[in-house]
Amino acid sequence: MSDVIEYQELNRPDGFTQEGLGWVPWVKPIAEADLTEEQRAALIHEFRIKSDYFRLLVRNPEALHARTLTDLDIFTNPAGGLPRADREIAASAASRVNGCVYCASVHTARATQESGRREDVQRLLDEGVEAPLGEKWEVVAQASAALTRTPSQFGTEEIDSLRQAGLDDASIVDAINGAAFFNWANRLMLSLGEPTVPKRRSKT
Amino acid sequence: MTQTTSTQATVGSADIIDSLCQITPGSHLDTIRQSRAQARDNAQRSFEVLLEPHDPGTFPLSERYAVAAYSVGLQASESAALDFYLELTEEETDSHFARSIEQLSRAARRAGPYGEYREPRHAEESEPGETVHYDPEDVPGSSQRLAAALEHAHLLSLHPRDARPEHLKRLENAGWSADDIVTLSQLISFLAFQIRVVDGLLALADNPAPQEAR
Repeated sequence: MSDVIEYQELNRPDGFTQEGLGWVPWVKPIAEADLTEEQRAALIHEFRIKSDYFRLLVRNPEALHARTLTDLDIFTNPAGGLPRADREIAASAASRVNGCVYCASVHTARATQESGRREDVQRLLDEGVEAPLGEKWEVVAQASAALTRTPSQFGTEEIDSLRQAGLDDASIVDAINGAAFFNWANRLMLSLGEPTVPKRRSKT
Repeated sequence: MTQTTSTQATVGSADIIDSLCQITPGSHLDTIRQSRAQARDNAQRSFEVLLEPHDPGTFPLSERYAVAAYSVGLQASESAALDFYLELTEEETDSHFARSIEQLSRAARRAGPYGEYREPRHAEESEPGETVHYDPEDVPGSSQRLAAALEHAHLLSLHPRDARPEHLKRLENAGWSADDIVTLSQLISFLAFQIRVVDGLLALADNPAPQEAR
């Protein structure tokens, strides 16, 4: 019996969007009722229990737990470094280059929420990482893209540009971490399931 | 260059990213990394649970290190990361096997990420590219299981947007359980993160800010 799930008919997104998307798994998640104590603890916050994505990743609870704590510190630690919206731009640019429509939807929406700059954010989705986004976001997006490429294209030129845009070294490390982390997240989201358009979209 | 990347120096204690970047305690980059201590510690914890688990279960260390060395090798990093993972592979298997993995990886290097968009609005951005296929005989001492895992590592490392359910079927048919598919996916994807942190921090170390130049 196969644990792999294929969907004949899905309401799939037609492109990158800031609107909320759903995500369906290609491997069976653990049913809520079957979660062990260790698995529940690895979800860290109660809300993840409703997510197929997290109940799939919790098949390896230790790996999920460590990954979530890494994620939370890179993006939500308020001490110094890059403002939250700029970290989300690094995440969004990596997702745009890799082609992760789901991750891009979540993190561009967050960038908009944090900055109020919906149109700039939309240009990143519509035109890609070379789009005009204002100096700081442009260099953050392009540095994130450079680090996302293989082999890495991130070097002197990107670091000089980030410094010219006013980033100190702690902020540059936040940009590196944000881009690098989404190279982790994008690969899981792209290879273990796919995005869907919810039937009733909640208007933001 | 007194910092070592040998297994003894790193396993269970020293931070792998610091070690590969030659970041020493109290240095400028150490101070910055310590300001995100939870991220730093859990990047290390991720390495430990994926690559040095107390109970490897049905996903043996030899396979974990082979997939890791192969995945990191694809990134063509200027760091010592490939040597580090090859050393782990060799310790768990033998030098002939490790060299075979290295050769497979080097031969499979491509510029990434490429792949086709399923979303119609981005169809013209698609960059179709190669999907590698390995037979067990391509990898000495190998198996259908490892061949399938290396194929998956190539897909996720270099062209993840080409991933489809059929790729997971391929793993399942080669004997991968649902739990181990998740662990394999985490391992490959975590390394995509780790190598980029290393490449990024090394680039930053090579380009110190004027007031931080020594």
